[in-house]
Amino acid sequence: MATITSADAVKPEMPKARSFRIPLGLVSYLQATPLTLILGFFLALPILMIVIVSFWDYDFAQMYPDFLTMNYVETLGSWVTWKTYLNTLKFAAIVWAITLFVGFWVAYFLAFHIRTSAMQMVLFLVCTVPFLTSNIIRMISWIPVLGRNGLINSALVSAGIVPEPIQWLLYSDFAVVLAMVHLYTLFMVTPIFNTLMRIDKSLVEAARDAGATSFQILTNVIIPLAKPGMAIGTIFVVTLVMADFSTVQVMSGGQSASVALMMKNQMSLLQYPAAAANAVVLLVLVLLMVAGILRIVDIRKEL
Amino acid sequence: MSKAAEIDIASVTKTYGTTTAVHAISLKIPAGTYCCLLGPSGCGKTSTLRMIAGHESITSGDVRLGNTVVTDLPPAKRGTAMMFQSYALFPHLDLVDNVAFSLKMKGVDKDVRRAKAMDLLRLMQMEGYATRRPAQLSGGQQQRVALARALITDPEALLLDEPLSALDPFLKIRMRAELKKLQTSLGITFVHVTHSQEEAMALADIIVIMNDGRIEQAAHPRVVFEKPATAFVAKFMGNHNVISGRVTKSAGQELMLSVPAGADFLAVGDNGELTDQADIAIRTDHVRIGQPSETGLGFTGSITNIEYRGSSVKLSVNGAGIEDFTAILSDTDFFANPVKVGEAIPLCWGREDAIVLGRLKH
Repeated sequence: MATITSADAVKPEMPKARSFRIPLGLVSYLQATPLTLILGFFLALPILMIVIVSFWDYDFAQMYPDFLTMNYVETLGSWVTWKTYLNTLKFAAIVWAITLFVGFWVAYFLAFHIRTSAMQMVLFLVCTVPFLTSNIIRMISWIPVLGRNGLINSALVSAGIVPEPIQWLLYSDFAVVLAMVHLYTLFMVTPIFNTLMRIDKSLVEAARDAGATSFQILTNVIIPLAKPGMAIGTIFVVTLVMADFSTVQVMSGGQSASVALMMKNQMSLLQYPAAAANAVVLLVLVLLMVAGILRIVDIRKEL
Repeated sequence: MSKAAEIDIASVTKTYGTTTAVHAISLKIPAGTYCCLLGPSGCGKTSTLRMIAGHESITSGDVRLGNTVVTDLPPAKRGTAMMFQSYALFPHLDLVDNVAFSLKMKGVDKDVRRAKAMDLLRLMQMEGYATRRPAQLSGGQQQRVALARALITDPEALLLDEPLSALDPFLKIRMRAELKKLQTSLGITFVHVTHSQEEAMALADIIVIMNDGRIEQAAHPRVVFEKPATAFVAKFMGNHNVISGRVTKSAGQELMLSVPAGADFLAVGDNGELTDQADIAIRTDHVRIGQPSETGLGFTGSITNIEYRGSSVKLSVNGAGIEDFTAILSDTDFFANPVKVGEAIPLCWGREDAIVLGRLKH
């Protein structure tokens, strides 16, 4: 009955209806357009401009459109660049190792030792409270703690543990790493907590039923299953550390360098093409690192 | 393949905070039997199983397996193996490593444990899938792998927590047959938790019916079906009409029951411990349409519903102070003399079809 009705009644209307209808193929393109525009203007276009500018010529006052590889030759040929990259990679490696260790255990505690889900959420929100203030404020608040006359030094001196204030607490690599760990650990906690929460508790029981000790359960069941979360956290932390300049500048007191800080200095000297070339090199390096992580761990099931 | 062990549960209690999940139950499961713990959800059957397995601490009482008291032993030291409801296969390991997991934990060499795992996969006819991950398997295949993993430790008893609940109805019946076959060939004790009467009837040598943390009856399926011990068992198994009332006359094995604002009913059974209140049960499939041969073995009521079930027809009858009395007639009997909804009909049954039910002493 339905087919007869549609054949009789709808057919004469069809041309009119069709004139208002957008072709099906176009609909999907239209739906994708807003995101394409946003990503195009705010991601693809700036990167393209940086790539173009990185081949330009410049002097102390102006840039000249050109196609020179000089900027890359200078960047990659300079010993300072290599040292700065190595220094940045060193920070990335140390901060990654510490945040992974701390982040895993915080997430493990939240996921397996807190019984009620309400308490889990409360504690997790407590972890995010520091994010209510800006990075810079959180960083600067270390200065009165670590400084020459800061909390720690004055406590140590007045307790007679050290004869004079410890110098390396502030304006040192130690201070940079400490501040970075403080700033970025939560980026590790969140994805690991997420994967740990998805582990079926009966898997732990099954492992125990098979005679596994707590340590064996950790190494044979929990850590392998937490790998995707660790990989996502690693991507967050590594990209953040590689691109960091403010923490390095403030906490090292200008005594340590990072790639992003080098770029900032180049820009303040109006050497935009050199900074652009540096940015392209850094981008390629970070993308290679992310690709490497994705090669090792399959994170698709987490997304 | 392995020695079976008797499981002896001696007044085991489990409390969570202030609520008691299991009330001092005692149960002996003979070696090499297939035992089904049956009951509605929340009756304590899974807690009981988990206490036997060692995944739940025992508040008081003891569990003995063979000659060892295992109450305080960790799961792996008890000689039991557990198969979990969702199978709990490790998603990051292939089937061989899943099955070989417990051997790996014991530090058995890689080649030895993989060979043993392959043997068990072969036993379960899963050797062709050895390198797959659990996610690539169907529910029935996952169950076979979970069985292989549980059996690799040569357990004396296998504990199964609702093993068939995740399968579709057809597969359920097939895997049920496989479980029974496996139990027969291995000869070890199986303890199987289920909420399906049909499953328990099909599989068990002993059905243990639990309700509210207590055992209502533990017996062979035929005994449970024909001689339910309590009103709960009779109602839960679903093949009896339960009538409660006041005892008016009690002589020897016979008993007369009076339903409020209704008729009197006769039942036979052990009524030594009865007070003035009693429950009796009448087999639904033995009820006939016709005048009772003796007072108390029938009543007259009006039909409220007729359900056609193919080989049988289910009548629901109200009358003589009884609501929703069920009579199951064979299709030939029903269609030889059909009745309609609203009609008043006499129902009767034999003297042996009405039995007296006991009550649990709480």
